[in-house]
Amino acid sequence: MSDLQKSLRIRESLLPPASDVIKRLGPGAVAASYIQLLDAAYDTVEDGDELMAKFINTLQDPGYPPLRKSHHKRKEKEGTYFHPEEAFGERNRRRDTSADELASFITGESCCESAGRGAPGEVGGHQNWKVEGSALINLSHRHLTGEDSRMADELYHKVRILCWVMTGPANLQKKARHVKATWSRHCNLVVFMSSEEDRDFPTVGLGTGEGRDQLYWKTIRAFHYVLKNHGNEADWFLKADDDTFVVVDNLRWVLANHTPEEPVYFGKRFKPYAKQGYMSGGAGYVLSKEALRRFVEGFRTKVCTHTTPVEDLALGQCLEKMGVLAGDSRDTLHRETFHPFVPEHHLTGKFSKSFWYWNYCYYPIVEGPQCCSDLAISFHYVDAELMYLLEYYTYHLRAYGYHHRYQAPLPEGMDKPPDVKKDRPVSEIAGVEAAAVVKGEEKANKTEQAGRDKQASEKNRTHNQTEVSKEKRQ
Amino acid sequence: MVSEGSAFMKGMMLGGLFCLLLSLLESLSPGQQSSAELHHHHHIKAPSKAVLQKLPENLKLELSQKIGVYCAIMVQPKILTFWASAKDTWSKHCDKAEFYTSESAKVLEAVDLQEKDEWLRVRKALTHAYHHRGDMRWFFIARATTFAIIENLKYLLLDKDPSQPFYIGRAVKSGELEYVEYDGGIALSFEALRQLVEVFQDKQKCPEGGNALWKLSLDKELALCLKYTGVFAENGEDFQGKGLFNSKSVSALISDSRAKNPLHAIESCCSDLAITFKGMSPNQMQVLMYGVYRLRPYGHIFHDSLVFLPPEGSDND
Repeated sequence: MSDLQKSLRIRESLLPPASDVIKRLGPGAVAASYIQLLDAAYDTVEDGDELMAKFINTLQDPGYPPLRKSHHKRKEKEGTYFHPEEAFGERNRRRDTSADELASFITGESCCESAGRGAPGEVGGHQNWKVEGSALINLSHRHLTGEDSRMADELYHKVRILCWVMTGPANLQKKARHVKATWSRHCNLVVFMSSEEDRDFPTVGLGTGEGRDQLYWKTIRAFHYVLKNHGNEADWFLKADDDTFVVVDNLRWVLANHTPEEPVYFGKRFKPYAKQGYMSGGAGYVLSKEALRRFVEGFRTKVCTHTTPVEDLALGQCLEKMGVLAGDSRDTLHRETFHPFVPEHHLTGKFSKSFWYWNYCYYPIVEGPQCCSDLAISFHYVDAELMYLLEYYTYHLRAYGYHHRYQAPLPEGMDKPPDVKKDRPVSEIAGVEAAAVVKGEEKANKTEQAGRDKQASEKNRTHNQTEVSKEKRQ
Repeated sequence: MVSEGSAFMKGMMLGGLFCLLLSLLESLSPGQQSSAELHHHHHIKAPSKAVLQKLPENLKLELSQKIGVYCAIMVQPKILTFWASAKDTWSKHCDKAEFYTSESAKVLEAVDLQEKDEWLRVRKALTHAYHHRGDMRWFFIARATTFAIIENLKYLLLDKDPSQPFYIGRAVKSGELEYVEYDGGIALSFEALRQLVEVFQDKQKCPEGGNALWKLSLDKELALCLKYTGVFAENGEDFQGKGLFNSKSVSALISDSRAKNPLHAIESCCSDLAITFKGMSPNQMQVLMYGVYRLRPYGHIFHDSLVFLPPEGSDND
């Protein structure tokens, strides 16, 4: 075959976005140059996140990154499927929750009462976690100083999220500890997943190794674990890294318009390799209960395999095969909520037009302040210092009396809580908090009962189905 | 050997005497209090919810619109990026923002004070601000390297009468002198500024060369001049007593807090309604802008007693 014929064949066989990549070469180019460009653009499927990080940290070339080893299959374990019972049998038995154990990992503080009111200035009272197995269960929703938390409390009870954090023995003190001290406190439950069990932290031991090539193994096992052990305690299951920062309340806002019976998952959507795209691992992604069931089922029936080390892509392909929809997590102004980099980079950085990130994003990239929703859900590559900073920015620092430009619409089926009466005797901030907590719990109980009403859930389902079909048409 | 020794001893004695003299001079209070009403408390707090709830609704709205802050932002060509940053971020929330520079430079749009000395620049800028105040009754002066959240400043000043002298910020004591740190920004009421501009003319009480034998930092000079008019520095605090004006960056404050109080690092760090931070890069200021005015957790409502609308023609807030 002549080179010209080769070039022709290559050009004919490509579909977007790959065909867009080679457009800049023009029809007369040599076949080898097409291949080089394609290899560079779609590069090593292995280190997607790492490569992006590298690009952020180094000068961006006008061209594409150099040729690297292409995607390869794992030779061993091909054809086997994962058996949850085997993996977890004896390992992670539920522990007795003795007073000593509680005290030790709640780091010295006396334990938990529900909805405790702490000293003035303390946010929401004591840290109120209960241990169950290796999970940390939040006994009451954290409150902010001086706020009316009724709506947030309602969402907390309505949209139950289990957060599991991918970590490893070497990172418990360096990274995972800061996740535990900051954003994970806003999850309904949080479980730290490691290759090895650690009873003090606590972490679940997944029985894998560590390293990039183990990521998908860990993910598979972690999801199996949470479904098996906590399937009834949550509606949505979030995966995050130990360098991901998540605003769980905003995740509840997005998810409140869906039900856990929908086969759907959300995250930072990428487009290559899968028809409906897939979600970036580092920016975090969340599965509905139904999506999680199908994921686990996919392994049982061998529809999904675990031969690729690329965790996020492999998960995306598995879910696609199992009929789980890749959801649109953007806000009502089409601004992204899940972010694969730190806020500074999205807000102030400029991505060079030839940077392959442009080809990866499912939705158009916006640079500058409109990159990110006010109700951002996640950021990635967040170091320890930035974790605390973001927690302060999100849950503490505000401009008094400021009327936000973006007024987020209420999720479906939620009413706006009535305004605080003006003649209510309010002499202390603590008083306001207590009253709001009581009212919030009352309202939350009422909503839960209403939610279990068959009519309400059916109404949601039909509405969501129209949303789903709208998605498909897009 | 002996002559060297005696010369040394003489030197030591002279030095010792000189030191004694200087410390005596510093401790001499400028005395002379004005007979007008004085603020003897040195901590000034934001109004509590109780106080505000007593105000009728229409008055609250009126106040929100009425309280006008004139921001005097000090720049120099060497910190051009901070001029750009302040212009694109916090200064948009001032009712009037005026930039003052030491010398002119291309691109830099600011009032050229043609002055290299920082203390003299501040004097000129404050005088200019006073004469161009329009109907502003509150003044805030800071370098462009400081970031200010004006809404929180307004909340602090809400129940204070600007026709009374107020000189507020991060108040620090140096010997007998209590002064507001320039790094954290300085807030002045109309009356304080009026008296200050007046005392600027007094070469005895507030000389351009400074009050002491050696050069004091400008924030101390300012405090001395104000002290002559009977105006004292006050520390701006929230209802819990946490300082609102900071002369450090957010990261630095959080690091300090994590070291001191690792279990409650954020809760014991900075106020939720902080007014200023200093020492952040232009990019960090953009992130702070996003963090203050936009990033928030859904469903947490505050029934604040004031309403501030977003400024026109801006999209990073």
